[in-house]
Amino acid sequence: MSKFRSNGKREMPELNTSSLPDLIFTVLFFFMMVTSMREVEVKVQVKTPNGTTEIEKLERKSLVSHIYIGPPSKTYRAVLGPAPRIQLNENFAEVEAIREFVSAERESMAEKDKPLMKMSLKIDKDVQMGIVNDVKLELRKARALNIVYSAGIDKSQMK
Amino acid sequence: MGKGKRKVPGLNQSSTADISFILLIFFLVTTSMDIDSGLSRRLPEYDPDAIEEEMKIKERNVMTVQVNKNNEIFVKNGVINRVIDISELKDLAKEFIDNPDDDVRLPIKEEYDIQDYGVVITTVRHVISLQCDRTTNYEIYFKVQHELSKAYSELRDAWALKTFGKKLSECDEKTQQPVVRAVYASKISEAEPKQYGTAQ
Repeated sequence: MSKFRSNGKREMPELNTSSLPDLIFTVLFFFMMVTSMREVEVKVQVKTPNGTTEIEKLERKSLVSHIYIGPPSKTYRAVLGPAPRIQLNENFAEVEAIREFVSAERESMAEKDKPLMKMSLKIDKDVQMGIVNDVKLELRKARALNIVYSAGIDKSQMK
Repeated sequence: MGKGKRKVPGLNQSSTADISFILLIFFLVTTSMDIDSGLSRRLPEYDPDAIEEEMKIKERNVMTVQVNKNNEIFVKNGVINRVIDISELKDLAKEFIDNPDDDVRLPIKEEYDIQDYGVVITTVRHVISLQCDRTTNYEIYFKVQHELSKAYSELRDAWALKTFGKKLSECDEKTQQPVVRAVYASKISEAEPKQYGTAQ
């Protein structure tokens, strides 16, 4: 009868954690691959319009430069007012600065990628077309002709 | 001096997990998952003399889409000349681009030689001229662009289905897709904004 009864206290065997670092490293590498470094601080409020079937995802982030257009965010509104502004890199800019921005972006790219450069226009929904057209004209003058009207994908509207 | 080999003591690895955890959390915080997406367009080359050239296009080949400052969409081509709702735009554009009944008021259908494929009959010379006011709302403008884009891709899909038996996205990227894109090449001209109805 006492064959199965243990005598004395039995200790719980310790869990082997030697593979835990490998496990976490795998997760880490996964995240490093699928994510990208957060971009610059956006100082304008941009809520891009939504589209459905025609929206393409932008691959190869190294080819894409961003131009933000929208009303300044709350902290800057007191100084700059609510009128829409253009943001290039970290700073507010005037339309004339775009040409310089384009050539700087182009300079930082590899030679074979230069013709593939894309300008992603992140424009707020409520902006009027005047400023957008000024930007477009300036981009044409700077010969940055591939543009993307940045937009989200509205999944609820998809058939 | 010692006898036999001395064993190298094992490195204490119990903190590796903590270190990699810290790395992981750092990456989680500093990176973003969102993928940028949008509507691709190619702007025309900047050429101050180009304005005169637009005049040479025949009237039947042009469809003008105007979005005015009240965000009303006005469409003008050989068949229609009125304010429309955005939901009508796609079908109107499709009819204009394709000209299925060979209407004399819609773009002329011509033989067009596509490299590595052959001759197709299509409206090569059609132009959709998109005009807007400086005070037009960007969202409306974007929606118009989106609808026009949709019109092109539906026509392309239909043609690809008829010719190759599958949708454009399923066609071969090197040989078939360029052909389909050439048959219905996107010809949207984004003209400079005009000041309609404002005192100058």
